Amino acid sequence: MERLRRTMMFVPGNNPGMMADAYIYGPDSIMLDLEDSVTMAEKDTARLLVYNALKTIDYGDTEMVVRINPLNTPYGKKDIEAVVKAGVDVIRMPKTETAEEVIEVEREIEKVEKEIGCLGRTQIMAAIESALGVVNAYAIATASKRMMGIALGAEDYSANLKTQRTPEGSELLLARETIVVAARAAGIDALDTVYSNLNDMETFRNEVEAIKKLGFDGKSIINPRQIEVVNEVFAPKEKDIQKSLTILAAIKEAEKKGSGVIAVNGKMVDRPVVLRAQRTIDLAIASGILTKEDIQ
Amino acid sequence: MELKNAMAGTLESGDILIQIAPSDVDGLHIELDSTVAYQFGEQIKKVIINTLTELGITKANVKATDKGALDCTIKARVTAAAVRSTGVDVWA
Amino acid sequence: MNSIKDRADLIAAAAKKMGKDVFKDDPVKIITPRHDLQRKSGKVVTLEDAIKKSGLKDGMTISFHHHFRGGDKVINMVVDKLAEMGFKNLHLASSSLIDVHKPLIEHIKNGVITKISTSGLRGDLATAVSLGLMEEPVVFRSHGSRGYAIATGELHIDVAFLGASSCDPLGNAAGFSMSENAKSICGSLGYALPDAKYAEKTVILTDDLVDYPNQLNAISEADVDFVVVVDSVGDSSKISSGAIRDTKNPRDILLAKKAAKVVINSGYFENGFSLQTGSGGASLAVTKYLRQAMIDKGIKARFALGGITSHMVKLHQEGLIDRLIDVQSFDKVAAESLMNDPMHKSVSANEYAALLEPGSATHFLDVVILSALEVDVNFNVNVLVGSDGIIRGAIGGHPDTAADSALSVIVCPLLRGRIPCVVDEVTTLITPGSTVDVVVTEFGIAVNPRRPELKERLQAAGIELVDITYLRDKAKSIIGEAAPLPFGEKVVGIVMNRDGSVMDVIKNITE
Repeated sequence: MERLRRTMMFVPGNNPGMMADAYIYGPDSIMLDLEDSVTMAEKDTARLLVYNALKTIDYGDTEMVVRINPLNTPYGKKDIEAVVKAGVDVIRMPKTETAEEVIEVEREIEKVEKEIGCLGRTQIMAAIESALGVVNAYAIATASKRMMGIALGAEDYSANLKTQRTPEGSELLLARETIVVAARAAGIDALDTVYSNLNDMETFRNEVEAIKKLGFDGKSIINPRQIEVVNEVFAPKEKDIQKSLTILAAIKEAEKKGSGVIAVNGKMVDRPVVLRAQRTIDLAIASGILTKEDIQ
Repeated sequence: MELKNAMAGTLESGDILIQIAPSDVDGLHIELDSTVAYQFGEQIKKVIINTLTELGITKANVKATDKGALDCTIKARVTAAAVRSTGVDVWA
Repeated sequence: MNSIKDRADLIAAAAKKMGKDVFKDDPVKIITPRHDLQRKSGKVVTLEDAIKKSGLKDGMTISFHHHFRGGDKVINMVVDKLAEMGFKNLHLASSSLIDVHKPLIEHIKNGVITKISTSGLRGDLATAVSLGLMEEPVVFRSHGSRGYAIATGELHIDVAFLGASSCDPLGNAAGFSMSENAKSICGSLGYALPDAKYAEKTVILTDDLVDYPNQLNAISEADVDFVVVVDSVGDSSKISSGAIRDTKNPRDILLAKKAAKVVINSGYFENGFSLQTGSGGASLAVTKYLRQAMIDKGIKARFALGGITSHMVKLHQEGLIDRLIDVQSFDKVAAESLMNDPMHKSVSANEYAALLEPGSATHFLDVVILSALEVDVNFNVNVLVGSDGIIRGAIGGHPDTAADSALSVIVCPLLRGRIPCVVDEVTTLITPGSTVDVVVTEFGIAVNPRRPELKERLQAAGIELVDITYLRDKAKSIIGEAAPLPFGEKVVGIVMNRDGSVMDVIKNITE
């Protein structure tokens, strides 16, 4: 089963209570933040909190991501050292604009991984938060074999465009489409930006529906209350599940016969269709519609 | 190791505030105020002492105000206060 | 002839046979306007006179209700007065005591109060008692048990001092006022009703003396001896503080959603079911999430019971719950609904939850959602004493509703900071595990092995279940092993079971 990234929940890196709690809400990924949610005066303590939390707390199957400070700040290098040593799954780079920045982060990661003997363990994702970053999206997405995804950071991006965010999000359309296309071309995941008004679940739901249509794998979220909405939107429909089950059954049948050609209802089924069917079933299981027993 | 007054942490629930001050007498002198003192007071002191000892600090006054922090949080806060107090970071 | 005169002999003979007097016309007609007359009711006196006339003596039992919760002003006011008048050795029997009753500490030290019976203790008073403030242990009873103990005389009340938001000069009192001068509102007076009925003397304290007749009264003039007008009986804005809060806490919301899912798939969620939720953010919030399921499945509840909240009122007003049976109004919306809605009725603590009262509403309750300070691996629950050994809660209707309902669901976070909720053995036994069916935590849901059929139903609905020991182990793995508490050898509290037997004792904590 491929890893689902419907929800990546932001948790401030200087809040031990929230860090200990985050995983009970069942987000697909947790992103502990050392960057924007931590003041300069607390960068050192947040780094230590995140380090010790990652080393100690049992986050189960949840993917653990840490958003580090950029390497051109006094904090970036130390952040990488700390979280790689703590065994983080993914380092999230903020405000990424060029492939070179990714390569530089990769070099730092490698340095630490070599020191502790776990070369290649840490993945990278990049947040694109400027016009230049959007223009370079594909180069960024393919800058390292460690890249697992790219994400949109809409606040900085819309400021950079000299516009503001609107409920319908027309100012973000090009960036969103570019990021999805770049991610798909690179074979990695695409994640959408946060929506911060917790009192307006209606607009939030509409936004999630819109970005799902655009092709995003999931959304960055800031509160556990948003998880349910995203999961509901991403839950596959009954008829898609049935179709996918038929396709997967046909594959099993074909494998048994040793046949290379797979057909459902007389139609040839090619690889992308199979992959989509598999993802639909994964989503159905994650959404609690199917159980693993149902598949067998 | 030369120490100066330093602190780290907060008084939020689930956190601990650590204040380190130089001491004239040998040993670690810990003053603990905790919401879970009955059940975890000794354990909290043990984590503080172990963390400081690992960092080479054996002579200090430590004031800890605990709001139910987990051990990993205590360790992080003590390390941060120690780094601020000695000026020696734990990262390369 | 058959005039009355002619029948005089026969009348006299009938009277003699019955041992009665013969009627003599006494031409006294009171012609004072009745409006003036009622204001001269001999029942309306000062607090000091009420106390004097009540015949209260040292060593007797006084009682109170706690419907104003954190806003209560009556208990402190009355006990201050009793202290001033020189009373000693009194037994204070309140339906509960909370943070605001801290001044009682001084009265205990001075010997005014030497014995306490209550459902709960919170705040500094509770801490002081835990540390050994009193010679006599505090006797704790559930709401149902207290009502029943009063009715049977086991808990004999000499003088009840009961706050009311309105009262007429004859003593018809209510927890709300329909007059323009209304100053306070607490809604149901359910916990005060046994006191009013069975106390030797009943004193109503009110901050709104209304014209006779005070209609929709909860306490009848027949049970009232004195009426005392005071500036304020309570601050209504503080009723929903403390234990009762509407939650935005994501953990409470998560717990509430899980609990709702359990109820919906329990087999008891069908047309005509009945529901109660206890205090605590998560258990109160369950109502919100049951609402949608009720609408979706077209299910209506016959009644909601117990502490009534604004959530319950909303469901009632939407037609999802027929009737509200209210022993305690948990917020202002509930209190106002009780005043305005004939389908929202108050109930006496005795008829709410007494074990041996056949008509107790709890006997007819399907589902109850309750909170807990601790649950142990045998499903026993503690809602009274903290994990630090210090009293910090109230029994309330917890054991009553858990035992009487068809399905009892405990909702509690596995961890409150570094305090575990699922433990090897509860610090104090309040609700026996044999009456607890499901425990819902953020780390998993456990079903009592005594309910295999329930377990099957929930599993069939795709709800993942864990063993209760898994929850205990999970808590330990996160917070570590707690050190044993420094209990002393003095008994500071006695916990009564609903059947009148002694269930547990609370020992003092040494500093």
